[in-house]
Amino acid sequence: MSNDALLVLDRVCKSFGPVQVIDEVTVEVHAGKVSVLLGENGAGKSTLIKMIAGVHSADSGRILMDGKEVQIPDTKASEALGIATIHQELNLVPSMTIAENITLGRVPRRFGIINRREMRRIAREALDQLGLNLDVNTPVGDLGLAQQQLVEIAKALSLDARVLILDEPTAALTNAEIAGLFEVVSQLKTKGVGMVFISHHLDEIAAIGDFVNVLRDGKFIATVPADTPENELVRLMVGRDIDAQFPRQAATPSEQNLLSVENLSVGPLQNISLSVRPGEVVALAGLMGAGRTELIRAIAGADKYTSGTVKVAGKKLPRNDVAAATRAGLGHVPEDRKTQGLVLDASVAENIGYATMASTAKAGLVDRKGQRTRAEKVAARLRIRMGNIDQPIRSLSGGNQQKAVFGRWFSAGAKVLLLDEPTRGVDVGAKVEIYELINEITASGGCVLMASSELPEVLGMSDRVLVMSQGRIAGELATNEATQDSIMALAVSNVHREDEMGKK
Amino acid sequence: MSSVATTPKKGFDFKAFLANNGALVGLVVLCLAMFIATPRFLTGPNLMNIGIQVSTIAVMAFGMTFVIVAAGIDLSVGSIAAISAMTSSYWVTTAGLPDGLSIVVGLAIGGLCGWVTGAMSAYGKLPTFIASLAMLTIVRGLTLVISDGRPIATGDSVSWLGGDLGFMPVPILILIVSGLIAAFVLNRTIIGKNAFAVGGNTEAARLSGIPVKRVLVTVFVISGIFAALSGMILAGRLDSAQPTLASGYELDAIAAVVIGGASLSGGVGRISGTLIGALVLAVIRNGLNLLSVSAFWQQVVIGLVIAIAVGFDVLRRKNVRH
Repeated sequence: MSNDALLVLDRVCKSFGPVQVIDEVTVEVHAGKVSVLLGENGAGKSTLIKMIAGVHSADSGRILMDGKEVQIPDTKASEALGIATIHQELNLVPSMTIAENITLGRVPRRFGIINRREMRRIAREALDQLGLNLDVNTPVGDLGLAQQQLVEIAKALSLDARVLILDEPTAALTNAEIAGLFEVVSQLKTKGVGMVFISHHLDEIAAIGDFVNVLRDGKFIATVPADTPENELVRLMVGRDIDAQFPRQAATPSEQNLLSVENLSVGPLQNISLSVRPGEVVALAGLMGAGRTELIRAIAGADKYTSGTVKVAGKKLPRNDVAAATRAGLGHVPEDRKTQGLVLDASVAENIGYATMASTAKAGLVDRKGQRTRAEKVAARLRIRMGNIDQPIRSLSGGNQQKAVFGRWFSAGAKVLLLDEPTRGVDVGAKVEIYELINEITASGGCVLMASSELPEVLGMSDRVLVMSQGRIAGELATNEATQDSIMALAVSNVHREDEMGKK
Repeated sequence: MSSVATTPKKGFDFKAFLANNGALVGLVVLCLAMFIATPRFLTGPNLMNIGIQVSTIAVMAFGMTFVIVAAGIDLSVGSIAAISAMTSSYWVTTAGLPDGLSIVVGLAIGGLCGWVTGAMSAYGKLPTFIASLAMLTIVRGLTLVISDGRPIATGDSVSWLGGDLGFMPVPILILIVSGLIAAFVLNRTIIGKNAFAVGGNTEAARLSGIPVKRVLVTVFVISGIFAALSGMILAGRLDSAQPTLASGYELDAIAAVVIGGASLSGGVGRISGTLIGALVLAVIRNGLNLLSVSAFWQQVVIGLVIAIAVGFDVLRRKNVRH
């Protein structure tokens, strides 16, 4: 197409084993423009970025920089071409100062001794480019996340980056911080830096992007202007019948509440009350930082709460007591299965068995035979694909690992499932299987409270939606009446955010 | 499963056995080397000698295995060994209380010290390294206070621990029995399985309803009890409890556990491995003594062995996981 593009990915392909994750995708990055990558989880955005950053190399297709074909075999090569990536997990050393971080790996030296004055000058210059007024001697760990992110951007600029890739930079920021970041992005535009921006927030795309590249299942769908209406973007992004993807079979809920939470408060959460009846799936929607995970964890007994009550089938649960919650029939599938859900070096059987180990023990002895039989039964029922039940769970795919976490609670006979991002990092096939497990729970008289950032999942799998905003429940919607727009409207129902967006 | 043609396995997979039992293979090679170097190595009295030597370190290391499996470390075991030996002797010799209870008193003191370390770490949120380092000094100090810096003669029970039962030295009997008990507790009981889960991933264990804090305290109590037993064997052999008894033993105990294949980051460890680790250390010491290698050089050799043993283990694991 046009020749003035800074960086072009020309019909690149990539597969991992038999799975084609990127299929003939073409993306252009222009100087002074923000190019948005939009797509569902698993659409191939991060693989694409990793190709540009030199983590993965393309199987076929070309990468052009300034119209010339280049090879990016490793991250060093990417850096040398002037490409910088700001990942969600920042690459900064918290105990070192801003100046030390910005000059990390290329410390100015004189006669072998660190030249501190020169180091501070480089850092100062980099911060000035962004109009940041920070003391370069401050340890990075003392800064907030947003400022750390800006320091990382400054570091990239001081390396003469011409292409900046921002991977969900707003995910963990407050609204005021997002506004600050966008101001910096606008400045960088005027300096001619080309940017790739990834975000799940459609409103941000309109506020900051120039054009949008939509990906779906590893395929390039379309490039559209950033001011394309949101529902059109969603249609391009999802592109298929949501009903088929989400096999929710609503059960008829009975009247008695199975789970009820009254006036629960802790940290950012204020006076949360909710109830879930047997047979119901209630979704918790909201933006990152709205307090969904905190709420789920407090109910599960994983964290303390300052006031309020949690009842299961009318019986009050003690606070911060996972074992008591488990006995009462609660099961918690945490946000991050690798760090919170699984003991990765332990076997599949052991991981499934943790919640039943104590309750089935006799005189302190583990019921080894019973634990094994139960694990085998659950693994077969949940169709966990593995070589054998004794292999380390580390070697299973993400979807099968997640099913094992579910299996733990199935085996413990949990009636109330608390799910936190139940299908994050799970492939499409396993997703549908997990949804079927949710159906099974509700069909057998259990209930589910599900926190999810994926609106299609919220709309497709729940019976009711509770939308959270800034630690409160901002509203409740019946799922069959809810839309992405009506949920988002509640999720951002806080005046400041809209003001800041309006300024742009 | 795989379509790659391989020769069918006949009975014993020697390669896999080597890979999974590196420490054992090392021990056998070491014994052969010692035997070739000096025929005196493989005589009855010398083997008995090694057995007695290894018993104190091994018993201590059995307890340490629980702590290391739970991703902790216990630096206080040497001091706990001393205070237990000291209090059990004080009980009989100085206070004149019934000798029959002295061993129980010693074990209880060991368990209590372990409980304090565990509580400091579980409820006081101190890293186990720091909590047990503090206890190392505190407990050693208390031992000196109790004894006023002088040795105390042991009672009959504790002396019996260091004696013989017929032709069999009691320390070796204790080594066997306590090893079996430790292996049983670690592999078959909730206590052991919980320790593996907590060591493997503390947060996942907690969210599965495993009482993480109680598990942490329990492993330190177990470690304290085994350390106490080890200290009393040591005192029994000398017929007196020295205030400096077992000082520095914690490092040998940790080395034995690690040579035995446990991971300091938790979640991995075997009692049989720990026993082999302790034997490796004892055989090297014994062999070098027989060969009249100076005690100074022995330390150098032991250090090298630890580095090589763990280095091999790291390599092996990397190959397995690739």
